[in-house]
Amino acid sequence: MGAQLRVYKRRIRSVTATKKITKAMEMISASRIVKAQRAVAASTPYADELTRAVTAVATRSNAKHPLTTENPTATRAAVLLITADRGLAGGYSSNAIRAAVVLSERLRSEGKDVVTYIVGRKGVSYYSFRNLPVAKSWTGFSDQPTYGDAKTVSADLIEAFTTETAEGGVDELHLVSTKFESMLTQTPVDARLLPLKLDEVQLSDDRPAKSEIFPLYDFEPSAEGVLDALLPRYVESRIYNALLQSAASEHAARRRAMKSATDNAEELIKSLKRLANSARQAEITQEISEIIGGANALADANAGSE
Amino acid sequence: MAELHVELVAADRKVWSGAATIVVARTASGDVGIMPGHTPVLSVLESGPVTIRTTDGGTVIAAVHGGFISFADNKVSLLAEIAELADEIDVTRAERALELANSESDAHAGRRAEVRLVAAGRKVA
Repeated sequence: MGAQLRVYKRRIRSVTATKKITKAMEMISASRIVKAQRAVAASTPYADELTRAVTAVATRSNAKHPLTTENPTATRAAVLLITADRGLAGGYSSNAIRAAVVLSERLRSEGKDVVTYIVGRKGVSYYSFRNLPVAKSWTGFSDQPTYGDAKTVSADLIEAFTTETAEGGVDELHLVSTKFESMLTQTPVDARLLPLKLDEVQLSDDRPAKSEIFPLYDFEPSAEGVLDALLPRYVESRIYNALLQSAASEHAARRRAMKSATDNAEELIKSLKRLANSARQAEITQEISEIIGGANALADANAGSE
Repeated sequence: MAELHVELVAADRKVWSGAATIVVARTASGDVGIMPGHTPVLSVLESGPVTIRTTDGGTVIAAVHGGFISFADNKVSLLAEIAELADEIDVTRAERALELANSESDAHAGRRAEVRLVAAGRKVA
């Protein structure tokens, strides 16, 4: 076998091995999207009921609660960024990071300090590589978040929010995550969680929650007491939902990235095979012409000696 | 006869839903029983068992940890971070958790384990 041909054969083997890996990752992600979507769907009844309850209390009572009152002189804002733990998911993490950077710029231009909280190893490594300060980060659950994870994350955020600004607390809480729109589209979104903007509170089907008419509830123990207990739950459930949507988006992005990697590998194998075939053909042609040339030379030599 | 439509929802799933005649739950201000026609109410739930009497005469008991009960238009929504039906509760695990909590004097975990055991129909000393 000629040297050229051997080189092609080796490259075909290595690309085929890569293709097998990307194909397997594609199929794993495809099966996980379904699971992640089911988790999103399973968490919606709770989120919807909670959203309704929060809106009901906030609209029906005149309770001035720190979690719903806008601070006109906000000086510090927290941004929670949700990214992936692992790479090979196309632009998934970098799109979310870019959205967070844009949001941080905007908040800074409004004269607010930005405190960053991060979920997912990719976001952490982006910030630490650039020596950007991160208040707190969580890793290890980005592809299968549980409600407990959401609780740990929100506990820190709510604590930061309830701390006085002078003592290192924050006045606003923003969330950057990736919304799972379909298998093909996932868009990074940013939203302000706290203080609560009642007009923008939406149910899972994108209807504003305020459009419903609420009965005149009796609040026990009191409207303030209920709101006190409800709002942290509401933040938790919003963060939980964002984590689940981001997980579904991550799997979908990874599936797409791995699918195009597999397609590219196939394409590469095809063109390498063509090159290998023509190299083999060239080798054969050369051998034949060498044999014919040799035979001719022999014939000529013999003819001369007679 | 009027009936209640009950939804018992945990953070990550819908635990139970159906028709009932009365729902008894423990709120911050004591046990409340809700029957059809009750005035709309929204209150904070304590860790405790929730009893639902279904229209066909059966009883559904669940252990609920932290959450809310809201009632309006004969519809009861029970929201809980954690909610388990009595037959889903792993009794031996809850007993172990109770022992562990008692030995570490962790009142919170102890209460959770107790509620599970009560809901599963065990006597707790």
